[in-house]
Amino acid sequence: MRKHDLVEKNLGLMVVLIVVAISFGGLVEIVPLFFQKTTTEPVEGLKPYTALQLEGRDIYIREGCVGCHSQMVRPLRAEVERYGHYSVAGESVYEYPFLWGSKRTGPDLARVGGRYSDEWHRAHLNNPRDVVPESIMPSYPWLNQNTLDGKLTGKKMEVLRSLGVPYTNDDIEGASAAVKGRTEMDAVVAYLQSLGTALQNKR
Amino acid sequence: MMSSFWSGWVVILTLACLAFVSYVLFTTWRQQRSETTNETTGHVYDGIEELDNPMPKWWLALFIATFIFTAFYLWLYPGLGNWKGFLGWTSTGELTRHQEKHNRRYQPLFAQYANTPIEELVNNPKAVKMGERIFLNNCALCHGSDAAGAFGFPNLTDDDWLYGGTADAINTTIMEGRNGQMPAWGAVIGEKGVRDVATFIRAQAGLVDNVDPATAEAGQKVYDTTCAVCHNADGKGNQLLGAPDLTDDTWLYGSSQAQVEYTIRNGRNGVMPAWKDILGKEKVHLVSTYVYSLNEDNKEKKEEKN
Repeated sequence: MRKHDLVEKNLGLMVVLIVVAISFGGLVEIVPLFFQKTTTEPVEGLKPYTALQLEGRDIYIREGCVGCHSQMVRPLRAEVERYGHYSVAGESVYEYPFLWGSKRTGPDLARVGGRYSDEWHRAHLNNPRDVVPESIMPSYPWLNQNTLDGKLTGKKMEVLRSLGVPYTNDDIEGASAAVKGRTEMDAVVAYLQSLGTALQNKR
Repeated sequence: MMSSFWSGWVVILTLACLAFVSYVLFTTWRQQRSETTNETTGHVYDGIEELDNPMPKWWLALFIATFIFTAFYLWLYPGLGNWKGFLGWTSTGELTRHQEKHNRRYQPLFAQYANTPIEELVNNPKAVKMGERIFLNNCALCHGSDAAGAFGFPNLTDDDWLYGGTADAINTTIMEGRNGQMPAWGAVIGEKGVRDVATFIRAQAGLVDNVDPATAEAGQKVYDTTCAVCHNADGKGNQLLGAPDLTDDTWLYGSSQAQVEYTIRNGRNGVMPAWKDILGKEKVHLVSTYVYSLNEDNKEKKEEKN
């Protein structure tokens, strides 16, 4: 116990030693993942979000959907039974930031794409009680009223391209025109309908 | 599978970390006095002092127990780089095992039901109940937990079917999905055309009494040239296209003048998703049986009434 004094009375040294101690976990569990093909390469058929889907994703983030809806089907029988194939890392390589979430007040949305019709999503987002009477989800009626101006859409795609999302020049140039005048509802529905469609369960 | 560099990285860091922690523990253990004492460590925190006693035995024993646990864990399970573990455990392997166990138990039942025609299976209350459960979990979001539908989502309990109410038609609808396309006619037939044809259609369905003959005539003209192709000259619809019967009292998107005009002006797109890849053939078979049973009930009720 004699050398405790040295660490306990020297804050700078203690900070350094704490950083060293806790970095072991990250170095072993996180750092190698940056270099694994399963986590850095997209699954076959994965496409970057279209301009409209990308705007929808930003609205999804703005409205805090991730607070109640995860996007991560775990490899457990009950989850695979309910939601479809478990999520794999290669599906998230174009996600900046990923929206896996950790809280399920509502159901998981990782594979909600194509599961319900566009009209259902519109009715449901406008007022969930209209289609699911027992739902506790908030209503988002303003999505129908707000329209997108598309001013930043191209720029967002450029930034994503610098992070490794394979957008073409055409994608970026056409981005603004593709979303201008569309409602936020259109964008969110387009985003939701794209979720998890690259990897489908085939039964 | 990691490359051997990253495998080595994980192995070395994990073992080095363990070695370092045990080094700290055992050197501290060796250096400490063997007996309890009244001497303090010399630290004073807000007047609280710390006796320089040896670490409690039970605490040390727990610490050592965690080391033994770690050794066994890293031997049995994948933790050290590419070492797969003595048990060969993987999360997907466990999933497959659970699924196989589940299938062994339930597959014979599902297979038996899947091989029974829906018309026959509908008499099996257990199968219908299973279908209802699957329906409530997947279909009730749109069609309602009583299957009576909602605005834009068809009622499945009546005897009116967009795509047919035979067992086969119901099963196909659920398996493959449907895409009902009512085009937007506003720009083609103009605002007057929309008004006239909506009035004509509502009059044919018996929803309006006193129709101005000129309007009715104009409406019929528009109907015959634009609507009759799908909805038929007599307005009875066409189940091959999912074009609804306009003469009955089922109105998926409302029957008021404004609602009918809206439908004609802007079109409608009623999408039923395909469930074959989500639920699989056998579960769809059970859902079809449940939906079919709703119809059968109706038929019986009607007969009773008559």
